[in-house]
Amino acid sequence: MSALFRLTVTETRLFLREPIVLFFAVAFAPALLVVLGLVPSMREPSADLGGARPIDAYLPVVVTMGVALFGLSGLTQLFAGYREKGVLRRMRTTPVRPVAMIGAQLLMALVLSGVTMVVMLVVGRLAFDVHLPRRLPAFLLGYLLVALAVFAIGLLVGALAPNGRAASAIGSLVFFPLVFLAGLWVPRATMSGVLLRISDGSPLGAGVQSLQDATAGQWPHPLHLAVLLAWTVVAGGLAARHFRWE
Amino acid sequence: MAIIEVAGLVKRYGAHLAVNEVGFAVEPGEIFGILGPNGAGKTTTVECVEGLRRPDAGTVRVCGIDPQRDHGELRQVLGVQLQETELPDRLRVGEALALYSSFYRAPVDWRELVDTLHLTDRLGTPFRRLSGGQKQRLSIALALIGDPKVVVLDELTTGLDPQARRDVWDLIERIRARGVTVLLVTHFMAEAERLCDRLALIDAGRVVAVDSPAGLVARVDGRQRLRFRPSAPFDDALLTALPEVTSVEHAGGHLVVTGTGELVVAVTTALARHHVTATDLRVEQTTLDDAFIALTGRPIEY
Repeated sequence: MSALFRLTVTETRLFLREPIVLFFAVAFAPALLVVLGLVPSMREPSADLGGARPIDAYLPVVVTMGVALFGLSGLTQLFAGYREKGVLRRMRTTPVRPVAMIGAQLLMALVLSGVTMVVMLVVGRLAFDVHLPRRLPAFLLGYLLVALAVFAIGLLVGALAPNGRAASAIGSLVFFPLVFLAGLWVPRATMSGVLLRISDGSPLGAGVQSLQDATAGQWPHPLHLAVLLAWTVVAGGLAARHFRWE
Repeated sequence: MAIIEVAGLVKRYGAHLAVNEVGFAVEPGEIFGILGPNGAGKTTTVECVEGLRRPDAGTVRVCGIDPQRDHGELRQVLGVQLQETELPDRLRVGEALALYSSFYRAPVDWRELVDTLHLTDRLGTPFRRLSGGQKQRLSIALALIGDPKVVVLDELTTGLDPQARRDVWDLIERIRARGVTVLLVTHFMAEAERLCDRLALIDAGRVVAVDSPAGLVARVDGRQRLRFRPSAPFDDALLTALPEVTSVEHAGGHLVVTGTGELVVAVTTALARHHVTATDLRVEQTTLDDAFIALTGRPIEY
């Protein structure tokens, strides 16, 4: 059986056996969505948002926040922890290549966070009457690109951090500005000009806008897709370059 | 033709010369030991053989492969058991074996390996719940899973209780019986004496001697050791003044006298002259420990 497949299966199983990591990576974002949805004013049309309901605007934000939690708390710690414990050093003595190890982590993260995203769409639709994306392929494309960009950043942090504790600290430091720019506290629709430009250039800001466009039935703006691709290529390339077995 | 060849190997860490012109050749089917005190350069030497470190000078060949140039091919023929290796805490034994066997072109049937290593009833156990001996056996299983021609085992019985240690020794002999060449790193004399066909004694980054355990002992034969309890205290100089005596050491209530020639007669006569009798007198055989002291000028440290 191929090493990549076997590694992906094994890494997924191991991930599912870590209750705390699993909670933050997979369950926290849907839980936050439910809490937000239960606030009555979130379900009322808002003048600030041009008559849209805040919960509709927040769904893509919370989806990308879930991706960021997975990539910046789950993946970073996992990777740096493996290196710290010598798990990677042991693998280095086998024929398996670093690219298979990185690929397995990415696949595992895409599958698990993809499931989380579907759960959030379903909860949003059934509990809070949030429209499903009108242009589903565009939504999936946007999701795939934002997930790859964020996971690449997570792997880069994991590659650079000296140990598991430092990885989780750096991961949090990166996490908060990213979700701020995604519009978790100030929705993008109410951001000022400069802030909005910065948000456009950030992986989650570009991701949120792509998901919102797809939800409204449009293809994402090429600028946002380019931003997401650029983050993926740069962070992923640096992560591969700075990959260390020990 | 040698299956492992190391010649003129040099490795520096900053100003520290960890490995200084080390060379040896291992024949196919041998259990070859690398014996020396902690910090002698044993692990650095095998890490160069494993391709984990780049030597500053010298050549290394494993099955004709240069570990620095053909990393991928080396991995297929060389199994490695690292000192202090770890697996993910929650990875189960069976999963670890299935995973590692997927890394190789032509792996052995790991279910059979599990039988040999007495891990069959542990397949569902997570790594962190294994005992030290079980972890070592799993580590050996993972080293063998790719059906290697050569395996490197680094300090594999450190921290094991005596029974587990003997089990692992039996296992290594069975590995050799399968035709696998074993490179065994140890600072443990009894292990080297029991298992190795030949040994390289390493001290301070240099190979002091390469020989069979019996051959090394034979080099220092003629040296004897007396152990006894004196009936009354006396000055050591009484014995060290004798030409037959090379050293006198106190070990609890016992004296250990090392020397050559007619040592027993010389010592007992000298003691009798001072009205001291030697009770519990024992004459001890030369061991690998003595050979190490004779060849390096100091005892191996545990």
